[in-house]
Amino acid sequence: MDLENQKRVKEFAEKFGAENVVVLLGAAEGEASGLAAETVTNGDPTYAGPLTGVQLGLTVYHVCEPEVKAEFDAAVYEDQVSMMEMVLNVDDIIKEMSSIRSQYCKYLK
Amino acid sequence: MKSVIKGTGYILAHTPDMVFYNGSTQTTERIVNPNSEYLKELPKHLRNYDQAVSYWPHQVYIGNKTPEELANTEEPYYDKTCDCKERYGKYGEIIPEDEFYLLLQASDVFDLVMLDKNFVSKTKDKFAKDPYIDESIVNRVKEGFDLKDIEKCVNEEHAEGLYIDFKLVGCVKKAHDVDPNFSAHVIHENLVAKASSVLALIAGVKNAGISKDDVDFVIDCCEEACGDMLQRGGGNFAKAAAEIAGLNNATGADTRGFCAGPSHAIIEAASLVAAGTYKTVAVTAGGCTAKLGMNGVNIVKKGLPIMEDVIAGFCIIISENDQKNPVINLDIHGKLAVGAGSAPQNVIGALVMDPLAEAGLKVTDIDKFSPEMQNAEIMKAAATGDVAEANYKMIAALAVKRGDLDKAAVATFPKEKGVKGYAPIQGHIPSGVPPIGYFRDEMLKGKMNRAMIIGKGSLFLGRLTNLFDGVSFVIEKNDGSKDSGGASEEEIKGLIAKAMKEFASTLLKSE
Repeated sequence: MDLENQKRVKEFAEKFGAENVVVLLGAAEGEASGLAAETVTNGDPTYAGPLTGVQLGLTVYHVCEPEVKAEFDAAVYEDQVSMMEMVLNVDDIIKEMSSIRSQYCKYLK
Repeated sequence: MKSVIKGTGYILAHTPDMVFYNGSTQTTERIVNPNSEYLKELPKHLRNYDQAVSYWPHQVYIGNKTPEELANTEEPYYDKTCDCKERYGKYGEIIPEDEFYLLLQASDVFDLVMLDKNFVSKTKDKFAKDPYIDESIVNRVKEGFDLKDIEKCVNEEHAEGLYIDFKLVGCVKKAHDVDPNFSAHVIHENLVAKASSVLALIAGVKNAGISKDDVDFVIDCCEEACGDMLQRGGGNFAKAAAEIAGLNNATGADTRGFCAGPSHAIIEAASLVAAGTYKTVAVTAGGCTAKLGMNGVNIVKKGLPIMEDVIAGFCIIISENDQKNPVINLDIHGKLAVGAGSAPQNVIGALVMDPLAEAGLKVTDIDKFSPEMQNAEIMKAAATGDVAEANYKMIAALAVKRGDLDKAAVATFPKEKGVKGYAPIQGHIPSGVPPIGYFRDEMLKGKMNRAMIIGKGSLFLGRLTNLFDGVSFVIEKNDGSKDSGGASEEEIKGLIAKAMKEFASTLLKSE
């Protein structure tokens, strides 16, 4: 994950409380989604950014996951996300995201 | 007046030492984690020159192999030796690091590059044999310095070292004691961009079969900025490179737009020629040191060779209609306007669907699309996925949503309408422009009619806007017809007479 974004995520977690922050990803495939999700939960796996060794345990989803889709106005989702839903390997993304969440998320309800 | 693609140049400089010493992933690691396993491991993953030359995607970039041939070769490519191992190709060359350092020094007009004199004497003859390097450039290579003077600059004066096989052979000095824009790091980055642009310009002019004096204007569209602390991005890379390349009749200016820069620049160049402002415009860009080994951490972790080990450059020569070369059809161009939004479907809509629909065309009327042409195997190794293919899928998906394509065609669309990504991950370099040389060849052979180039840029990286940007344009086979060139005096007289008659008849009627 981009170092500046890591910094912003860290700042938001400090400002609003980690339990109140949800990170929403739009990465193009499973592995990249998993790496970003790992970064905001268990720390930066590349050991490069401000989240290295920082286990925020934030709640994190990909925008194409059903839990997130259900929260959207269907028309907005259709307009903004539906094309990418056709393009992405959503099953792979769900698999990666679920695995990271079950291991590292601290605030799942 | 129509604008045509007169020729193209595509060059690479294989720079493994610069990966280690200048790539931003590595320089950052050296600051935050100087004893990291990654830095210890990295040198074992660097390729030698022969390996870089026989790498399939590089042979495609310089034109010895086609993107079609690459697509028909099974991935991965890093463990294969291409059956073509030539330094020189139809569009340019792969210059080795030692010769590139001489070009770097030749491109420096402020005595900021110092090379070891033994290194210079060992390399100069080889450099002079490069057919793209003419006498004027060879004559710019200086005798060089004692190595101890170079060591002093590196050790005591913050100069950036230049290395071959991890041995110091030169340096780039800072240009000011205090100004951060003139640090050795920035000067090094800018001179590398300039030198690679020089080589691309020379290749482009040569391949277009024109004289250097024919070029009127140069547009540089790389992603670097040159200027002192009072004008950080003052420019002008274009004219600076044109000077060394010997384009004595040209002036120039820079166009920036992150990765969308090249497409913006080509639309501008085509428009300048179409308007008659200039007869021949060269669009050029050199490469980027910061992006060398950018995805090295993931790649080393996976035990792969560092494939981001080349500085790239390109040049597209755009000229007046010669009834032969492919035309840039300025009637079909897309733009991602401020109000268009940044969601992927808005982007593809604005850049692909809308301009085609306006011209009465469908995606199926385009033979090939060229969006983000990043080398697919590097992107996959970096866990980013094949971005070129993602673009083709997005175009297909949106075409399905708009009823222009059958859902069943989505799966075959990338292979049929796409070009396999093969360009080095150097930001602006892979952005739409790499296959223009190939498209031109195919259109000249009559094997292709229409291709769309799509340039997209992540403007949010500049921290001035959260917006994304993009423009697109279409290249078409030249139908050989002459431009109309406006109406003759007789035609104008006829039109006036007709209008007068019509006016008179309306007067009569109203009476």
